[in-house]
Amino acid sequence: MFKCGRSNRMKKIESKKVAYLLNFIAICIFFGILMILFKKEVFGSRTSYFQGICTTACYTIIMVASLNLLTGFMGEFSLGHAGFMSVGAFSSAILTNYLAESGIPSFVLFLMCLLVGGIAAGITGIAVGVPALRLRGDYLCIVTVAFAEIIRVAFCNFKITGGGKTMSGITRLSNFYWVFWVMVICVTIMYMYVRSRYGRTVMAIREDYIAASASGINVTYYKVLTFTISAFFAGIAGAIYAHYMTAIIPTNFNFNYSAEFLTEVIIGGTGSLTGSVIGAAFLSALPELMRQFSNYRMLAYSIVLVLVMIFKPSGIFGTYEFSLVRVINRLLGKSTTGSTASKKTVQEVE
Amino acid sequence: MGAATEPVLKAVHLGISFGGLKAVSDFSIEIGESELFGLIGPNGAGKTTVFNLLTGVYQPTEGGFYLNGEKMNGKKTHQVVEAGIARTFQNIRLFKKMTALENVKVAMNMKMKYNLVDAIFRTPTYWAEEKAVEEKALELLKVVHLEDKADTVAENLPYGQQRRLEIARALATHMKLLLLDEPAAGMNPTETAELLDIISVIRNHFKISVLLIEHDMSLVMKICEKIQVIDYGETIAFGTPEEIANHPRVIEAYLGKDEEENEC
Amino acid sequence: MSLFIQSIVNGLNQGAIYALIALGYTMVYGIIRMINFAHGDFIMVGAYTLFYTIPLMISAGMPAWLAVIIAIVICSVIGVMVEVIAYRPVRRSGSMSALITALAMSVFLENLAMVLFGANPKSVPAIFNLPAVEILGAKLQLKYLLTLGIGILIMVGLQLFVKFTKLGKAMRAVPQDKQAATLVGIKVNKIITTTFAIGSGLAAVAALMYCSTYPRCTTDMGSMMGLKAFIAAVLGGIGVIPGAMIGGLIVGLVEIFVKVYIAPGWYEAITYSILIIVLLIKPSGILGKNVGEKV
Repeated sequence: MFKCGRSNRMKKIESKKVAYLLNFIAICIFFGILMILFKKEVFGSRTSYFQGICTTACYTIIMVASLNLLTGFMGEFSLGHAGFMSVGAFSSAILTNYLAESGIPSFVLFLMCLLVGGIAAGITGIAVGVPALRLRGDYLCIVTVAFAEIIRVAFCNFKITGGGKTMSGITRLSNFYWVFWVMVICVTIMYMYVRSRYGRTVMAIREDYIAASASGINVTYYKVLTFTISAFFAGIAGAIYAHYMTAIIPTNFNFNYSAEFLTEVIIGGTGSLTGSVIGAAFLSALPELMRQFSNYRMLAYSIVLVLVMIFKPSGIFGTYEFSLVRVINRLLGKSTTGSTASKKTVQEVE
Repeated sequence: MGAATEPVLKAVHLGISFGGLKAVSDFSIEIGESELFGLIGPNGAGKTTVFNLLTGVYQPTEGGFYLNGEKMNGKKTHQVVEAGIARTFQNIRLFKKMTALENVKVAMNMKMKYNLVDAIFRTPTYWAEEKAVEEKALELLKVVHLEDKADTVAENLPYGQQRRLEIARALATHMKLLLLDEPAAGMNPTETAELLDIISVIRNHFKISVLLIEHDMSLVMKICEKIQVIDYGETIAFGTPEEIANHPRVIEAYLGKDEEENEC
Repeated sequence: MSLFIQSIVNGLNQGAIYALIALGYTMVYGIIRMINFAHGDFIMVGAYTLFYTIPLMISAGMPAWLAVIIAIVICSVIGVMVEVIAYRPVRRSGSMSALITALAMSVFLENLAMVLFGANPKSVPAIFNLPAVEILGAKLQLKYLLTLGIGILIMVGLQLFVKFTKLGKAMRAVPQDKQAATLVGIKVNKIITTTFAIGSGLAAVAALMYCSTYPRCTTDMGSMMGLKAFIAAVLGGIGVIPGAMIGGLIVGLVEIFVKVYIAPGWYEAITYSILIIVLLIKPSGILGKNVGEKV
């Protein structure tokens, strides 16, 4: 049993900093392995194909993790996340088309794209969140669908977004090496958000919003803030998507695409960023690797989803977060002391 | 009544009606510093509605209320809490899946200053403030005798401890007035005695006023300095415990009629 | 003028289809407070059933619309299966689990249809061979009026059923208090299953009407139709049977009028805006009652 030792608790800050460093090193090693695999062309002629899968996995991870901020930590379901993704995709694509011949180095242009995509989606997030978040539960869920559909219809009608036709010829800026680090940074920021007073507040709202407001929390503010941050990252994912696919059409970002992300969040585990990362990576890579079964992908998803709902409603990972420190401690035979909840750390890639 | 100083809470002719039905009417009260005030009445008398009015859950349709002279009408719940009125709930409302420590930390959020940038980059401000909050939260848990349960998930605590955790959470908001909604409901005599202990420590140590709703007359009689009795949303008696005990209308309200089991 | 009258008739026709689907949403929501996302896909099931059975009917020398009976049976069976296999096990674990399961069932049905019938649209043979008449210079399809008539008839029938039959009364009792309903001898699960059977059966009728207007079926026809019908149900007041009819007709009329007179590309956006506005201003809809949360 844990006895409340003051010094024990205070030591934790130092150990947390060490944990951050360890995780960072682990990510670097993971990235290094992938880079060597790709550079040495271990997969031969299929190298670029595997790189493509990894890129897809990266932006899916950002989408799923950002949706998990809402679903897992705030406890509200959004079925319109693809709408924010499309805002990011189209706004950044318009920017690159505009700056195509300006001679800006492509890395700088890429960063500008991410920023513009994220900010545009974030602003949309505020515009949607302020009215929509007055609702909760299934009504909120259905209103997010409505907003996403309105965004889709708008993009189908605006001339600047292709007027309902495919917007093609977008410069290909997203490559795996950049996208990987963007993903790492995005997930890290989300993790830091969740493990701070902000995340604590948002989780309290999820547990009981009446008690939260009776504890002096401005419920609306924190909900809109989280919604906006979630939309911001969806916009970044959209910007990556647009500059990876090089051709986008508004109808791609439909209800079914949103539902796919929500499915991945729930199967991975609501309230676990580890679950989101692993779930999204796995679920987006697997069907690519088994092309001949691609028709059955969503069918399988839906069956898994029903089974998860019946047998483990919190998802495969639940609220579990992978902790490298814990694993190392166990390997070294040290007993894991202290609490679990406050010292969990996540490792972004595994 | 402390005539010279401003009362901590002053409510004047407070009233609310739902669809023409008056739930509370003409409710006036004055609570001085460190005073322990009891609000009693039969089931369905409107006690919890009074609490909901005083915490901004409902907006009064008549009258107003003031905290240290500051007008509270029209404020939202979180603003009222920020001004200094905190409460507990009759049917415990904890953040069930969070630990006891986290429950208390949540209520300290509004006093915390670090911003998103501090949180994301884990600046020294972040670490310093998180550390301070942790220490403070542990202290508050100690006040309600829960320091060894800091890392227990709230829903796993026994009933009596959950009630105490709710008090610790309310304390974390730095309030001047604490509203306790039937804090001893469902407790056994030992737990009730411990609770009374805690309430008196809170009063003396933190210098706050307490307004207490309680069903158990004997408990109220024992600890409260002043008691107000309401029935059908109206104040029917006010005074010291002795005065209340012999008040004819109180006896009538409690014994004269059978009330339906319907708390509002 | 003729365009105006034609738009009204088209709108009412469209609205009647929405209304019939909305009835299914409203009945299910009214009884277990759950948005049955899969309801829209029951229409798809009904449409494919019609696609395969109408030729059989015609070759057997019977009128094509009789195929709807088979469709009703199949839709009801699938509706009940979805309820028993997927929804019942999660009913106790909260509204969010139910919502996700419903979403999963919707995805499941759609993709199952994709695997079974392929992604290409199928064209359904003509169902009603009714002439068009001319009124005030407008060409009116009689089958449109028939659709509207069927819609109103079913709505009235359903309302009478819920008001006056024993089963209907039980249906109204269950959402009030499940435990109390059990105490007075109502078999709650049976009532819920019956509700699903009726709602899904209505979806088959809606499929018939849809196919007589737009003679084709696709695997994803259900989800968007379902969403709009849900909007109709919310607009009218979810859980209220006449509300579904009113909501459906309003949504249908608004869509057609926006399409014809205002901005053809934007009509869907207007429908979704209706939902947002209704939910923000009066979430209980036109005929519903407000309920707040107790503190």
